[in-house]
Amino acid sequence: MTTDSLPIRSCGECCTRLVDFGVMLQGRPVLEHINLHMHCGELTSLIGPNGAGKTSLLRAMVGELSHTGTLRFIHHGNIETTKPLRIGYVPQKLELDRTSPTTVLDLFAGALSRWPLWVGTRKAVRVEALSKLELVGGESLLDRRLSEISVGQLQRVLLALALAPIPELLLLDEPVAALDQGGMERFYQTVSRMRTEYDLSILLVSHDLTSAAQFADRMILLNRTILCDGAPREVLLSPLIRQAFGFGFTAQEIAGRRPALKDLEHEQCALPMEGIP
Amino acid sequence: MRSPDGGDPVTLWQTLLMNLPFEWAHYDFMGNALLAVLLVSPVLAVLGCLVVNNQMAFFSEAMGHSALTGLALGALLGLADPTVTIVGFAMLLALAMFLMRRYSAVPPDTSIALVMAFVVALGVVLLSRGGGFARYSRYLIGDILTITSHELGWLAILSGLVGCIWLFLFNAFFFVSLNRSLAASRGLPAALLEAVFSVLVAVVVAVSIPWVGLLVINSMLILPAATARNLARNTRWYMLGAVLVSLFSGVLGLVCSYYWNTATGATIVLWACGFFAASLVLRRR
Repeated sequence: MTTDSLPIRSCGECCTRLVDFGVMLQGRPVLEHINLHMHCGELTSLIGPNGAGKTSLLRAMVGELSHTGTLRFIHHGNIETTKPLRIGYVPQKLELDRTSPTTVLDLFAGALSRWPLWVGTRKAVRVEALSKLELVGGESLLDRRLSEISVGQLQRVLLALALAPIPELLLLDEPVAALDQGGMERFYQTVSRMRTEYDLSILLVSHDLTSAAQFADRMILLNRTILCDGAPREVLLSPLIRQAFGFGFTAQEIAGRRPALKDLEHEQCALPMEGIP
Repeated sequence: MRSPDGGDPVTLWQTLLMNLPFEWAHYDFMGNALLAVLLVSPVLAVLGCLVVNNQMAFFSEAMGHSALTGLALGALLGLADPTVTIVGFAMLLALAMFLMRRYSAVPPDTSIALVMAFVVALGVVLLSRGGGFARYSRYLIGDILTITSHELGWLAILSGLVGCIWLFLFNAFFFVSLNRSLAASRGLPAALLEAVFSVLVAVVVAVSIPWVGLLVINSMLILPAATARNLARNTRWYMLGAVLVSLFSGVLGLVCSYYWNTATGATIVLWACGFFAASLVLRRR
């Protein structure tokens, strides 16, 4: 990736705004009075106990669940719409039958092309899939079946798929739950790099509070509604954390972590975007 | 259904078969049945692939059994040909079951079992009034040998329709079957596509029942896909493999049923089971 080939797109304009947002599941409110404003280039970590409504929030934002209140998207040039931004979504887990013959390429073809998969796969789809897999270091996985790759590899494939085409809003639902420590760090680093390179707004659901704090610009504590919203350090030190999870953090515990990646290399929108239409 | 030279396509087909050096091919009913098998089995195979992907095998089984109630409704209304009520009832039931799966807290396998028990019981009660159930046993085992050229025309239209849908919507159906939220995030109307797919399966199953028989229809949907799944390296070969298995078992089953004097649908299913067993052995190696 070179730094002089494309003009730099510094944005700060597009954002996602939720006003008095709520979701009902089977007649029961799982989320209510959510007010949230997310900007591009910002990695927001969403934390909360089990059943707090984190996954429901993401599913409502992609349009799978219906919601109350408003969900607005502000695009380049300050155009406000209810039409979604390009959303990239990495689901919590992809339930897979071990006998499923679906390959990584099939996954991309199904998403990117209307040319029926059983007739064949267009060259352009293959090229696009390969270029996005390269971003996550998974180019060798293209022709493998989903059932024969590891959980970590599948998670990277799903991230690559979410990046095709490069979204404006990236929603990640516990993407590291099944990864080991090394895999988790690599995943967070890749996502963090995507944020700066492509000026994405990222909402990341995580159960690993300290790692999430390390990479996020902002942290939101959710339990049916937003309880706490601020810098990760402040949120983790808040007494509300103990209420929600039954344990808390001390300043030393958080300070003991190495500095957040964003402090070291966070240059908003500084890198060009290769291959973006 | 007239071809440009004025010949009826079914007549042309029979003339073609006359020239084959097989005894069975010289009978009109075998010619019609062969055409029906060639039209229906690929359709069942391609639908079956996504039925298996969606874990809807139990759903399609219920669709098959709903024919009993559809048949009874037709008899109550005094229809000579109950196909309309069989198809109509299956479509309604497919939609109802889709809504149940989506909005009710009852586990899907339990709700399907409940619905299936209900439609079978209702159908049997209505049909057995006055002790006349035996008249309807044709629908249990199917009778492909009595198919007429008029009915073949309808089967051809249905196959064409499914073919078109498969050309334009396959990727969307496929993607929704992988993960509904992922599909929604890409702007696909996941719920609508699932409903359309459920209804499509219901229609194809209901239309095929008089020829295949409701006891074995689900195997013709599931077995080719299950066989191809054992061997395919990607989705393309999964679909093509299922179509090949379905065509081979269809033709072999039809011809064997002629020589063995057995019910055609069940004979086809036995061949499909044979292919499935072979695929398990090949997979092990």
